Amino acid sequence: MAYDSFSVLKSSAVPLPIENVDTDQIIPARFLKATERKGFGDNLFRDWRYDKNDQPKADFVLNNPTYQGKILVGGKNFGSGSSREHAAWAIYDYGFRCVVSSFFADIFRGNAINVGILPVQVSPEFLHLIFEAIENDPKAEFEVNLEEQRISIVSTGASESFDINGYKKHNLLNGFDDIDYLQAMKDEIVSFASNR
Amino acid sequence: MSKTPSTLFDKVWDSHVVRKIEDGPDVFFIDRHFIHEVTSPVAFLGLETRGIGVLFPEKTFATADHNTPTINQHLPVEDPLSANQLLQLEKNTSKYGISHWGLGNPKNGIVHVVGPENGITLPGMTIVCGDSHTSTHGAFGAIAFGIGTSEVEMVLSSQCIMQPKPKKMIINVNGTLGKGVTPKDVALYIISKLSTSGATGYFVEYAGDVFRNMSMEGRMTVCNLSIEMGARGGMIAPDQTTFDYIDGRELAPKGADWDKQLAYWKTLKTDDGAVFDLVINFNASDIEPMITYGTNPGMGMGISKHIPKATDVEGGVATYEKSLDYMGFAEDDAMIGKKVDYVFIGSCTNGRIEDFRAFASIIKGRKKAEHVTAWVVPGSHIVEKQIKDEGIFEILTDAGFELRQPGCSACLAMNDDKIPAGKYAVSTSNRNFEGRQGPGSRTLLASPLVAAAAAVTGVVTDPREFL
Repeated sequence: MAYDSFSVLKSSAVPLPIENVDTDQIIPARFLKATERKGFGDNLFRDWRYDKNDQPKADFVLNNPTYQGKILVGGKNFGSGSSREHAAWAIYDYGFRCVVSSFFADIFRGNAINVGILPVQVSPEFLHLIFEAIENDPKAEFEVNLEEQRISIVSTGASESFDINGYKKHNLLNGFDDIDYLQAMKDEIVSFASNR
Repeated sequence: MSKTPSTLFDKVWDSHVVRKIEDGPDVFFIDRHFIHEVTSPVAFLGLETRGIGVLFPEKTFATADHNTPTINQHLPVEDPLSANQLLQLEKNTSKYGISHWGLGNPKNGIVHVVGPENGITLPGMTIVCGDSHTSTHGAFGAIAFGIGTSEVEMVLSSQCIMQPKPKKMIINVNGTLGKGVTPKDVALYIISKLSTSGATGYFVEYAGDVFRNMSMEGRMTVCNLSIEMGARGGMIAPDQTTFDYIDGRELAPKGADWDKQLAYWKTLKTDDGAVFDLVINFNASDIEPMITYGTNPGMGMGISKHIPKATDVEGGVATYEKSLDYMGFAEDDAMIGKKVDYVFIGSCTNGRIEDFRAFASIIKGRKKAEHVTAWVVPGSHIVEKQIKDEGIFEILTDAGFELRQPGCSACLAMNDDKIPAGKYAVSTSNRNFEGRQGPGSRTLLASPLVAAAAAVTGVVTDPREFL
């Protein structure tokens, strides 16, 4: 098991209402020099979070104790840019288990699922409702139910369904990963390769 | 019975599906796997943790490029973290019997430059690497795209990844390109029209006069930038230009094997009547030399134009204003005449011989502007040698430029080649994200011609003035 399984997550959320949040913002390239997967959370959004003297920037949301939770809510086209899985590691390591946006970049979405983060794509209207709910009450709770593929705003009961394919859903619910699956079909792969 | 017409993409994709998972991704076979020092160590660690090995080590090729220095490569790498990553790559490749072109190896260079120039990248292949600009290899009619480190571990251990098949888009650009309009401008133009997310979920085929008449170097530049509009990758059907480029390269097929493969490569094109999910057409004559003014590659425009108003662009006004504020620009500003502090020519986007020829065509007989710091970084040692063999080195030196050693360099500033905070760089690389070229750096993406014009005048300049 490569990560903790995911079923129902009930949590407040951290709002980042910016579009095109790219992976260089999520984790700048100069922090990609580790050879082990640890400590990346410290550098999540490094240059938005800290000034050039490594002092926290008061106006950045991660430095505002009002906003807490295991859900990160971003604007459209979240995770664009590089394929660095370090971006997903940083988000996971910081403590987020779910990222909500109205649109995800492809590679980021795949990386997120592969490390155990659930990317939840909602309509632009529902994203707006989420940001509004947080604005009205920073402690507002959200429920993400993977089995039912549904995200709800607890206080208002508003909810929306989200897509995920059955295979990946099964993996996340059980904490399985693709390597387990591929190892189990190695003979089939070797035979495929020899016929090429 | 007549066969259903299919696209180039379908032909290559479908022939690599080992297993289709119901309501899930395809188990997708990978012909070529490139690795580098930054996104591979955790994958190798994963193999050890699980106690599994590398299934087909001969299908993986390693090079060191992302954090290597571009001067004094014969000396030990000073940064201990970078040095450790390079050492781990050396150890891991040696342990599993993977070919490794490390620092100092005459074949070393940027992964997306050395693959094609050594004949490793071939038409009809599936190619992945833990780097989003793997899309470069699509120039050969291959399906090539970037993957995450978990997937690097999958390829090492099983030669497969799990991928849902993307939708298909074709982008036709017909007509003739104007003076000073390069492949980079074509790509930046397309991205400016589609935005950085306009092709997300799609795999793109580029077709039409412009790509048919383009060199392999140019096609690589275009395919390289596919990811910047969100596409998984982009590809161009192989033709005589492709075959001529590959023929004779060190690891390319030879003799009877060449004949057999060539016959297959010639079948790799989209059949008449094949259907795409999205068809987009552009006219070559609408494209002028491009430059970006914001903090994503979609924020580009013709160099003679003025920065659009927030209300005239799609997307949120707040995000747009944040971007211009970071750049220190205002709506309606002209880009021509803006002061430039740094010029960078290189990267997997524009670090091939043709790019240096273009750069040299403008700087020849001129001098670098005194206040400009220029980094001229070849994509590989082979490109470096071509620069010297063709006399470009003398042109550079006479104009006051210094040729550095190959690597990714200032494109992502993992080594010491960092643009200082607040400074402006005209860069031939691929991303103008905040801090991409160093914390606080401000990047203007452009072609080698625009970079050369800026380097000699010290301000943003229309390169057509020099042609």
